[in-house]
Amino acid sequence: MRALKPRSVIPGFNITLGFTLLYLCLIVLIPLSATFLKSATLTWPQFWATVTAPRVLASYRLTFGASLCAALVNAVFGFLIAWVLVRYPFPGRKLLDSIVDLPFALPTAVAGISLTAVYSSNGWMGRWLEPLGIKVAFTPIGVWMALTFIGLPFVVRTVQPVIEELEHEVEEAAASLGANRWQTFCRVIFPAVAPALLTGFTLAFARALGEYGSVVFIAGNMPMRTEISALLIITKLEQYDYQGATAIAVTMLVISFTLLLFINWLQSRYSRRYA
Amino acid sequence: MAALPHITKETPPNRRSTGDPILTKTILILIAVGFLFLFLLLPLISVFANALSKGFGVYFETFKDRATISSIWLTLLAAAISVPLNLVFGIAASWAIAKFEFMGKNLLITLIDLPFSVSPVISGLIYVLIFGRQGWFGPWLEAHHLKIIFAVPGIVLATIFVTFPFVARELIPLMQSQGKEDEEAAIVLGASGWQTFWRVTIPNIKWGLLYGVILCNARAMGEFGAVSVVSGHIRGYTNTMPLQIEILYSEYKFEAAFAVASLLALLALVTLVVKTLAERRNAITLKAQSMLEA
Repeated sequence: MRALKPRSVIPGFNITLGFTLLYLCLIVLIPLSATFLKSATLTWPQFWATVTAPRVLASYRLTFGASLCAALVNAVFGFLIAWVLVRYPFPGRKLLDSIVDLPFALPTAVAGISLTAVYSSNGWMGRWLEPLGIKVAFTPIGVWMALTFIGLPFVVRTVQPVIEELEHEVEEAAASLGANRWQTFCRVIFPAVAPALLTGFTLAFARALGEYGSVVFIAGNMPMRTEISALLIITKLEQYDYQGATAIAVTMLVISFTLLLFINWLQSRYSRRYA
Repeated sequence: MAALPHITKETPPNRRSTGDPILTKTILILIAVGFLFLFLLLPLISVFANALSKGFGVYFETFKDRATISSIWLTLLAAAISVPLNLVFGIAASWAIAKFEFMGKNLLITLIDLPFSVSPVISGLIYVLIFGRQGWFGPWLEAHHLKIIFAVPGIVLATIFVTFPFVARELIPLMQSQGKEDEEAAIVLGASGWQTFWRVTIPNIKWGLLYGVILCNARAMGEFGAVSVVSGHIRGYTNTMPLQIEILYSEYKFEAAFAVASLLALLALVTLVVKTLAERRNAITLKAQSMLEA
């Protein structure tokens, strides 16, 4: 990356950019690339055997499946919540709007034990769900629940500003041209919000893939059944299987970075707005 | 806005065509409130309910335990080191990005966001691979009797990594939206760089800065996955509050676990209040600026 010295009366370009790059390299770039180099010490067959072991594959299935379900549910309900928060004035709206950010602020371990307390078989919700045959805690549903919890604000906060900027005139025009409300929603509102919704969905999905703290308490962590990939890394580390841990980590990093590139591509294509 | 009431009066928005029927509104509001209640509010309430389930006596008894006290101190220490460092970085990065044009700016913004897309567990793992016993610097550190992994420095490093983008991410869009005219004016009028920064930039960004810092702090104190990997769970020595919660919870000391959790939940609530205030303030500042310009 070559920085061109810009012509500006404002001072401090060299020092701030220099410090930014130095700190970025020391804290983030060098340690991250070390992980990739470490995985290079594995031979390809070793690497492949590690990341395709049945227990690891089961953890991918659970992690991806639950993350995808959580992100989908968040996309639907996040859109709905953002819409309600922007368009419908009702008592307590401001309070609800602040609550949406709770998963950003609440430590994941706290979220984990409280979700477990609420949805385990003698919890506030669990005792009602259990007679219906729905077990949440210590099943894949619990994993999905925790991932939904942490992903919600990503969708709401990405979609909300876009709904705020939708112009009433466009909807009026659609209505005056004879569209009913549902048609206006499908043909006018939804296409305008769709890019932001896709961005929010991908952000929630990416976050869910790597999540650890909120999941381990509610998941029960049974190998092959409710064991997520992040936990498997820790298990390997505790067995001093550093290479195995690194191999799984690198696989997950590659997937997250691909998603990150996809998000950036989406954002540069549709808007420059920050989530 | 207030100066132009006649315009809004002449063109009232046509609510019949763009509004939704009352029934639709009510149903959607109920779904939204229900979802937020089930997924967010209920767990939050349960933290405090469980913490106080055996009364205040048991609640306060938790904080007399030595391991718990030392976990609180370690959490405060990790936050006290990582937050200022990331604050300085955030200001430097947003200054360079918002006030100047240079090549590779978008790449730089993406790289700053990188720790967000790395799993917390992997954030801890990378430091184990560098400083751990089998890591790059492992033998050297061992020869010099230095310990980073399974010790306090590792916890601090992992916390710095995880909270790395928070302040920068809050400030970059804010400073970009404010432009650089104010600073240019100050410099042209003869102010020094520092004077411009303290008297012009800081007052403009103070609310966003405050929110960035408090969010960074909340995450620093609450980080679990990354810290869990590097800590080694040595009781009374390398346990932070979230790790102490895990230990108490796995020992079935639920009240104690939730009592420690309630402190972090209170911190989260304070964070949300500051966020709401900061957003309101930013909106007022931006509105005032646009009115002055108009």
